[in-house]
Amino acid sequence: MSTLTGIGAAPGVAVGPAILIRELPKPERKTVPPSAMAAEKERLAAALRRVRTELTDLQSRISPELQGVIRAQLLIMDDPELIDAIESGLSDGKNAEWAVEEAADGFVRAISALNNEYLRERANDVRDFARRLLAALMHLPLPAIRPPTAGIVIAKDLTPSDTAGMDVTKVLGFATELGGPTSHSAIMARAAGLPAIVGVSGLTEAVNDGDIVVLNAETGEVIVNPSAAERAAYEAKAEQNRIWFGKRQQDARLPAESVDGRRVELAANIGGPHDVSAALQWGAEGVGLFRTEFLYMRQSGLPDEEEQFVAYKTVAEQFKPHPVVIRTLDIGGDKELPYLPMPAEQNPFLGYRAIRLCLDRQDLFKTQLRAILRASAFGNVKIMFPMVSTLDELRRAKRALRESADELGMAELPETGIMVEVPATALLADAFAAEVDFFSIGSNDLIQYTMAADRGNQAVRHLYRHLEPAVLRLIARVIEAAHRAGIPVGMCGEMAGDPQSIPLLFGFGLEKFSMSAAALPQARELIRSLSYEDCRKLADRALACREYAEVAELVSNGCASG
Amino acid sequence: MEYEVTVNHPEGLHARPASDFVEAALKFESRIEVRLDDKTANAKSILSLLKLGIEQGQRVVLRAEGPDAEAALSELRRILENRA
Repeated sequence: MSTLTGIGAAPGVAVGPAILIRELPKPERKTVPPSAMAAEKERLAAALRRVRTELTDLQSRISPELQGVIRAQLLIMDDPELIDAIESGLSDGKNAEWAVEEAADGFVRAISALNNEYLRERANDVRDFARRLLAALMHLPLPAIRPPTAGIVIAKDLTPSDTAGMDVTKVLGFATELGGPTSHSAIMARAAGLPAIVGVSGLTEAVNDGDIVVLNAETGEVIVNPSAAERAAYEAKAEQNRIWFGKRQQDARLPAESVDGRRVELAANIGGPHDVSAALQWGAEGVGLFRTEFLYMRQSGLPDEEEQFVAYKTVAEQFKPHPVVIRTLDIGGDKELPYLPMPAEQNPFLGYRAIRLCLDRQDLFKTQLRAILRASAFGNVKIMFPMVSTLDELRRAKRALRESADELGMAELPETGIMVEVPATALLADAFAAEVDFFSIGSNDLIQYTMAADRGNQAVRHLYRHLEPAVLRLIARVIEAAHRAGIPVGMCGEMAGDPQSIPLLFGFGLEKFSMSAAALPQARELIRSLSYEDCRKLADRALACREYAEVAELVSNGCASG
Repeated sequence: MEYEVTVNHPEGLHARPASDFVEAALKFESRIEVRLDDKTANAKSILSLLKLGIEQGQRVVLRAEGPDAEAALSELRRILENRA
């Protein structure tokens, strides 16, 4: 029995026999004399024909979502530059394997050196193709992952076409030595509900075909030949997960309504268009926080109005008629953007960032506002300003919004709200509530500012807690102010998805809970088990607590309906 | 014929947008090039295009020579700009 560790790339637990995918042996590099060159070219042509057949065959049997992978392979195959590079190698007297490897290497190196992660991933497509062509040249079967019985795939690496062609019904999960959480195989595993662990050093040496393997993606452990007792325990957990995953997919459409009929809105926090499908899959009733920083985090310069508009519009359309709350730029000196020089600061988190930066750079701010306003015609768009700390800031932001709308000839504005995260704003919530259409409590920063503790600092982390009495009182006060002013209030920090906090927040009267998509199923299940009346009483008692320990105990005794 | 175009794909010109672009380029007879700063790629070569590493918001110059140059540029530009 041995245990190896890697990084969990797709959640879950699996137990089963190992299905080892072997690497191709290293191809031979030889010099080919001119007299044998014609035969060598024909050998290459025959191999290419085999590859084309394999790819078109794959294309005909895989699902529509995976077609893109094979399409890319076919384009690589017909790529004139690749063909030129291979032929040039042949003319130099290299055998076909050598010429192919070198040509592919050149492109792999160039693409792997790119700045952008999505683009770098494409180097795998080239490796994938090269491997297929080399297998054809060497007359070796390419491992097609269609095992006779279900098992756990063990490989050095899985290429996009490996995973596209995989018979998912026979795969319980997989582990690879290479690869990262954004690789194609990890994405596919998550979508299929299969556990996956990547970056497992020494994996292929430690596992033989037929060994029993346990994958525990939570801990990143790969256990080879566990004891009978361990095996049984993991098998039970794996079965539980399978049932649970299936049920959650079904339940994603159920309303977040308590047993005594109080309904709240469950929404998703997203960091860009790439988060949309997970949010939709887990039944998000809209986007409570659309973080727009992704548009600014790149080398090439400020995003212009057009590209912002397309990004916002796409998301708005995908969630229609549900609301999408777009937060204006929330960035500061902690992020080094080459095109946006910012002053060196002692304390960037208390510094020149977010709305402060935007109010100072009206050009930048209005470009974003115009893009959001234009996108609002395509869905249910709302705007939210981050880190607002005074009424003056709010009014100036609203004025910039009004001016941008005038520039576009728009009469009506989308609903406009603020993140309540600066304690000053929370304390003056009644005044702010009179001037906005909604509040969204940014619990992460609100807690850090209120407890004066950086959650990333090991020495003071213990002070950052959702259930701190001071934090609860402040949040309750904000929610109350919103209710008195008749505006809706939601939360988009991590606390909104925290099962310990949800009953209290629910009891305080929070109307909207926005969280990362993965947290939605559990939040939904929890809310559906709660009694609002009981939670209200629990929340009142929590407000009377003076210490964290008192709150923690109160909450652990729970308020699920009896 | 030349056009300057701003690329409008949130994740840059990778995977699907790149495939769309190259497949479209392949339909035309003309010789088509994409230039980013001082580097040029053959629009019919997906690998050269990927090598250019075109990111969201970058400006490229599309150039075509041949009988269907105008039609080619018009369609390819549409794909890059990803217009609503």
